[in-house]
Amino acid sequence: MPDTTVRDTAPQDGAYNYAYLDEQTKRMIRRAILKAVAVPGYQVPFGGREMPLPYGWGTGGIQVTAAIIGREDTLKVIDQGADDTTNAVSIRRFFARVADVATTTHTEEATIIQTRHRVPETPLTDGQILVFQVPIPEPLRMLEPRETETRTLHALSEYGVMQVSLYESIARHGRIAKTYNYPVLVNGRYIMSPSPIPKFDNPKLDRSPALQLYGAGREKRIYAVPPYTPVKSLDFDDHPFEIETWSESCALCGSTESFLDEMIVDDTGKRLFVCSDTDYCESRR
Amino acid sequence: MYVAVKGGETAIAHSLDLVADKRRGDRDVPELSLEQIDQQLGLAVDRVMTEGSCYDRSLAALAIKQARGDLIEAIFLLRAYRTTLPRFGASEPLDTTRMVAERRISSTFKDVPGGQVLGPTYDYTHRLLDFSLAAAGERAEAPTAPADATSALPRVGDILQRDGLLEPPPSRDDGEARDLTREPLVLPADRTLRLQNLARGDEGFLLALGYSTQRGYGNNHPFVGEIRYGHVPVSFVPEELGFAVEIGEIDVTECDMVNQFAGSHEVPPQFTRGYGLAFGHAERKAMAMALVDRALRADELGEAATSPAQDEEFVLAHSDNVEASGFVQHLKLPHYVDFQSELVVVRALRAEVEERREQSALAQAAE
Amino acid sequence: MSAPLLSVRDVGKRFGGRVACRDVNFDLWPGEVLGIVGESGSGKTTLLNCLAGRLVPDSGSVAYETRSAGSVDVHRLSEARRRLLARTEWGFVNQDAREGLRMGVSAGANIGERLMAVGARHYGEIRGQAIDWMARVEIDADRVDDRPTTYSGGMRQRLQIARNLVSKPRLVFMDEPTGGLDVSVQARLLDLLRGLVEGLHLSVVLVTHDLGVARLLTHRLMVMQGGTVVEQGLTDQVLDDPQHPYTQMLVSSILPV
Repeated sequence: MPDTTVRDTAPQDGAYNYAYLDEQTKRMIRRAILKAVAVPGYQVPFGGREMPLPYGWGTGGIQVTAAIIGREDTLKVIDQGADDTTNAVSIRRFFARVADVATTTHTEEATIIQTRHRVPETPLTDGQILVFQVPIPEPLRMLEPRETETRTLHALSEYGVMQVSLYESIARHGRIAKTYNYPVLVNGRYIMSPSPIPKFDNPKLDRSPALQLYGAGREKRIYAVPPYTPVKSLDFDDHPFEIETWSESCALCGSTESFLDEMIVDDTGKRLFVCSDTDYCESRR
Repeated sequence: MYVAVKGGETAIAHSLDLVADKRRGDRDVPELSLEQIDQQLGLAVDRVMTEGSCYDRSLAALAIKQARGDLIEAIFLLRAYRTTLPRFGASEPLDTTRMVAERRISSTFKDVPGGQVLGPTYDYTHRLLDFSLAAAGERAEAPTAPADATSALPRVGDILQRDGLLEPPPSRDDGEARDLTREPLVLPADRTLRLQNLARGDEGFLLALGYSTQRGYGNNHPFVGEIRYGHVPVSFVPEELGFAVEIGEIDVTECDMVNQFAGSHEVPPQFTRGYGLAFGHAERKAMAMALVDRALRADELGEAATSPAQDEEFVLAHSDNVEASGFVQHLKLPHYVDFQSELVVVRALRAEVEERREQSALAQAAE
Repeated sequence: MSAPLLSVRDVGKRFGGRVACRDVNFDLWPGEVLGIVGESGSGKTTLLNCLAGRLVPDSGSVAYETRSAGSVDVHRLSEARRRLLARTEWGFVNQDAREGLRMGVSAGANIGERLMAVGARHYGEIRGQAIDWMARVEIDADRVDDRPTTYSGGMRQRLQIARNLVSKPRLVFMDEPTGGLDVSVQARLLDLLRGLVEGLHLSVVLVTHDLGVARLLTHRLMVMQGGTVVEQGLTDQVLDDPQHPYTQMLVSSILPV
């Protein structure tokens, strides 16, 4: 197997601290991470910094990664499951530059995986950290816009409003029509947003051997799911949680098990389906 | 045979080259200098400093140049730079009574001690495009009146307050100054945190909210008690010395609004206050900020909070244009995985509806 | 069961310099319907909100006898427990049904919410119970998936009542439950309320300015004027033989139907 880890040979930018953030800031973020790990699924407010990338482009995930990354780490960055989408490339370059760290596209070789909107198909192991980029950390936000109220609902475990929204979905569509950012109950206590991953990926979070860290930069919240923690997707007994399925298989590797991207290949609307996880797909070919 | 699209790295590098090229524009046209931007687009520099929360004219000018005049982008650049700067503490509160004012007006009285100083303002210009500005070259005209810089102007607010007509300003808080760039905003917020949020807030957003109060969405009957613009000294107490040292001067615009009186049969009524402050010469911003500051005091003053400008959570959560710009524009990033999930469900639901229609059509046909 | 359900002692509330209500004392027993009547400004709604834990009185106490945990001081409870109590043992029917409903979700979701809040997880059963309750409040079952925005005022009020009663509360607070409705709609609603209150053996504290409503629904009556209770007693006695001049004035100004 060829050495697929890459170390950026560009000189380090002397004006900035290792991994861009100053040590005080990293310490502050790590304290928030520790609190988050101690209370699985609970959103810990943190003093998020202005980053050189815009809010919405992954500043929360970047701050979490910057706080934990070290020279011995190997970093993988994916967006929509792919290593080569423009923003994943941009973030990977950022860390290669400011953290002098090895990067990889192979899931099994990474110690830290920063991701937007997908969980890798390859099962993660003990010792890996998955860092999620989160736009809206509050799972109740669209039901209750006020932060002062949602904070209280979480504290009192008053989650009726969430179950009501699922009920309403069934009443309207005959099924729970939520497809991504599907709410989960973590460790039997807090309802959490798993970030806008498709519900297809929710089962991977349940009792995962990896540490899951979630960073929301603009909203300034960090939360976490420690390894081997129960993560249950909300549902009804007579409308149990289900993941997406396709009748097609991947046009490149033939997988029938992975999340497939739909490509429109010509004017007549001809479609091809391809694994969203580029590394997984390549490793099968 | 489908080949996955690669080359994200090259695409990014190419796009950075294109941006640099556009930024410079036609090479035959002289390049802008930072001094030109600072001097001749000074109000843009003022805004970038205010919302970037960093008083440095040449840095703000650089940001404007790099951002090709997109002020929100420039504010973002300045803030990102500011994050990396070391902090050594908080200054003493600015004493704006020590301001050497280029401009100072009050609408509450015809005349005030120290006088109404009109100073440099667009207020009485006629908005007629001046085509002589389009021609290159200097207009060799001296200003018709000497710059009127007055110092030690007593505050109109203090005068009203002496008679008990105006509520006193909040008592000086000897606790540590809060810092929204280092700690998350936690609601409910106190007035100092609100003011900090508003000072950094988008001028357009605050302008619209302030305007809405004047049109009845939470009207608080504002009068401009005083607006003053000029330079003030900044003092700092270094730990090693234990006494205050002046470390420089900055230009600020300060607005004291005098608002709706509160009181009743038993409690003597007093006018209430709204406050706005901005770097440089920024009256629109300072005034809008003062209107919104007062509106957000609705709860404190026992007023019904019914309008958007009085909704603390709504105002404070959406005032930051760097946050807003990021989140709005992030919609341009790929979202095709989530969209794919939605496609799967929508197709399934449509198929079910079709099936139900067919079945009921069959059932009807059978009858 | 020998303790009163609600014990109110010396409750008073002011807003700044203005006294909204003061020196209110009474006991409410299981199955009893107490009416609080008076004109607007008499302090009755403020008092109701103090009793229901929505406002904190400046003086006095409100004690509630819980189902299984003895007596609690309503205002000394933690917010968590008070909110739980409000959802499981109490009901609150607002004058404007929109304040007591989720207008953006279906009738079924509105009624089912309290069930879901305490762990109900079978959609079919929840919907079934909702339909059941809709029948009891005389709303057409095929409206179960419709939102209250499509309901008439009277229907919304009945939906609000169902939403409250689904959790089998022991005590229901009502603030002008028939206010703002057409006379004929009111009459139907009053009949319904009377049937439900009797059938479910509910205790009710009912605020109203309408003596006709008081006559029909309440066992006992408290008359308030300017923040104080000027007269109280059995409803029929108070209305047929009023002692206090204010009560006499109120009673005499009812237009005969």
